[in-house]
Amino acid sequence: MENRPLEYDYTVAKMFMLTTVLLGIVGMLVGVILAWELAFPAVNTIAGQGVAEYTNFSRLRPLHTDAVIFGFTVSGVFATWYYVGQRVLKVSMAESKFLMALGKLHFALYLLVVVAVVGSLLLGITTSKEYAEFEWPIDIAIVVVWVIWGLQIFGLIGIRREKSLYISVWYYIATFLGIAMLYLFNNMEIPTYFASGGIGAWYHSVSMYSGTNDALVQWWYGHNAVAFGFTVPIVAMIYYFLPKESGQAVYSYKLSLLAFWGLMFVYLWAGGHHLLFSTVPDWMQTMGSVFSVVLILPSWGSAINMLLTMKGEWQQVAASPLIKFMILASTFYMFSTLEGPIQAIKSVNALAHFTDWIVGHVHDGVLGWVAFMIMASLFHMAPRVFKREIYSKSLMNTQFWIQTLGVVLYFTSMWIAGITQGMMWRAHDEFGNLAYSFIDTVTVLHPYYTIRAVGGTLYLVGMFLFAYNMYKTMTSGRRVEESELQNASPMGA
Amino acid sequence: MFHWLEKRPFFFAVAVFVVIAFAGLIEILPNFAQASQPVVGTKPYSTLELAGRHVYIKNSCNACHSQLIRPFKSETDRYGHYSLSGEYAYDRPFLWGSKRTGPDLMRVGNYRTTDWHENHMKDPAAVVPGSIMPAYGWMFKNTADIDTAYAEQLTVQKVFAVPYNKEIPLADGSKATVALADSLEGAHASALEEAKVIAADMKDQDVKDAVAAGTIPEIVALIAYLNSLK
Repeated sequence: MENRPLEYDYTVAKMFMLTTVLLGIVGMLVGVILAWELAFPAVNTIAGQGVAEYTNFSRLRPLHTDAVIFGFTVSGVFATWYYVGQRVLKVSMAESKFLMALGKLHFALYLLVVVAVVGSLLLGITTSKEYAEFEWPIDIAIVVVWVIWGLQIFGLIGIRREKSLYISVWYYIATFLGIAMLYLFNNMEIPTYFASGGIGAWYHSVSMYSGTNDALVQWWYGHNAVAFGFTVPIVAMIYYFLPKESGQAVYSYKLSLLAFWGLMFVYLWAGGHHLLFSTVPDWMQTMGSVFSVVLILPSWGSAINMLLTMKGEWQQVAASPLIKFMILASTFYMFSTLEGPIQAIKSVNALAHFTDWIVGHVHDGVLGWVAFMIMASLFHMAPRVFKREIYSKSLMNTQFWIQTLGVVLYFTSMWIAGITQGMMWRAHDEFGNLAYSFIDTVTVLHPYYTIRAVGGTLYLVGMFLFAYNMYKTMTSGRRVEESELQNASPMGA
Repeated sequence: MFHWLEKRPFFFAVAVFVVIAFAGLIEILPNFAQASQPVVGTKPYSTLELAGRHVYIKNSCNACHSQLIRPFKSETDRYGHYSLSGEYAYDRPFLWGSKRTGPDLMRVGNYRTTDWHENHMKDPAAVVPGSIMPAYGWMFKNTADIDTAYAEQLTVQKVFAVPYNKEIPLADGSKATVALADSLEGAHASALEEAKVIAADMKDQDVKDAVAAGTIPEIVALIAYLNSLK
């Protein structure tokens, strides 16, 4: 027993892998529809006037962001946890009937929440707070799903064989705690039906905070939901999957320590950069701005640690599309965490805020870093979970280049669009009058909106290739034995 | 120390929590009470205005329109006086937005009329050539939810002491009162009175007929809300 590798149980991991792929396609499909709607407004009513209410830009927009964040990304986080957790703690889920049953309940409740979210957002039931649009009944369900995940993490840790927690586990724990704290405080709301003695819609609520305070709490949440949803768990993934796939040890333990505790401490201060020049007290804005710049250090700490992990093994980048995905993800992480702090500098923010440059920044982070890393993780997991070779290496390569081109078109067009719009908003003529009416600053963006829509569509095409490759791996990839599995994932032609 | 922590998940989790909670305590708690004091002249929303605000939220207008004027000449030239914290005292939730695909609406009530909004919501590109805003035809057919607006008014009056039925000082030294009905029927009646004033300035015959028959279409509530943004 001692010398034989453990048999891990991937039942729950497989379930969440499925939702990662499906909700990824849903979220990005909605995103692509939105992009075409901005370029060509007629797309808003493409399904007919009768259902225009549900295909309209404004109704779909929260669905896009929430499907990508809470559908695709969070599914990916759960899927990788149910894989990585067992392996780094050296304990199988099959060893605990309780954890196994809880894991299946976790997935079932998660699906229920997904259905509730999609339905309610399409009907326009929303609190309007970004990435926290859900009304109180769904909030309660989300808290339950999250608590179950916490029980999973600490339950598995409780029965672990490996006493030291690997770096990835630090990041998963931080994800759990961070999101729990942020979500609870930002969604403090009072159901009006009960407070008014049974009048009006039962699901409606009113925020506990008003105006400036509400904005402050919201962006403390909004920014750090990005931190603990889009950064922390993705770093958890790269710390596990890159060394595994490449067969290289993590370059520096000390650097990973510095980056982890640095990120934990610094990230939470930076939310104020969403509120520069608003009515939030000035010192908070300055703190937000300063800490955003400091944030480069821990972010780059992780990214550089990953790139240096490949030291002496760079030929693997050319040889393996899986390593390509991870290295590009890491590179986009560096790029995005440099771009963010630049946008948080007050004078730059004065230009960039409210423009498409911000949209571009979000997307180079999410498409380039988050999605690439999640897909790479799933590719690495597939042969080990399904005991089959990845169906097609050339398809992976094709996907990689199509999606990379998509991301590049996306952020370059949004840079130009954002800076153009920001400059036109502030332009004055020689008499001190505004040089442009607002509509001038909209119509000028048409070519960039079109390029962005093309970029987004390319990325979506890549998602379909990904889904197809995963499906074929599952059903018709060549079978591989545990003993054949080395570091590099086996791939078919 | 870190090696010690890495073997003790409980203390590790506590340490992480302390480190991440720290910033929130320092940044958010101070000034919390102070920041929500209304400025002179800020009034809570009437039932119809609040129902209109719900229509605004239901359709995520805030996805494309901000309600935050920054203190720059280009913004005050375009939209009016820069925003003051106290002006948002009765905004639950805040609707600052994060993207200006369309213009800011913080003070749209100062320079747009009921008539303009009616035409614009029906066909934005006909009013503003080149506009990429979609039409909102369904707002002319759907009925506004007065019940929920009234429930929210009762809630904020009870829980947050929002001053309905109380004298509110205005900038010119006079006083105003925003009435809150003492029954749901009363709330419907007062919302309908307000709606009739809006509908009188509108052209859509179906909307006029609906209001005359005692129901309030979403568009009427929305326009009441937009007109109140000053």
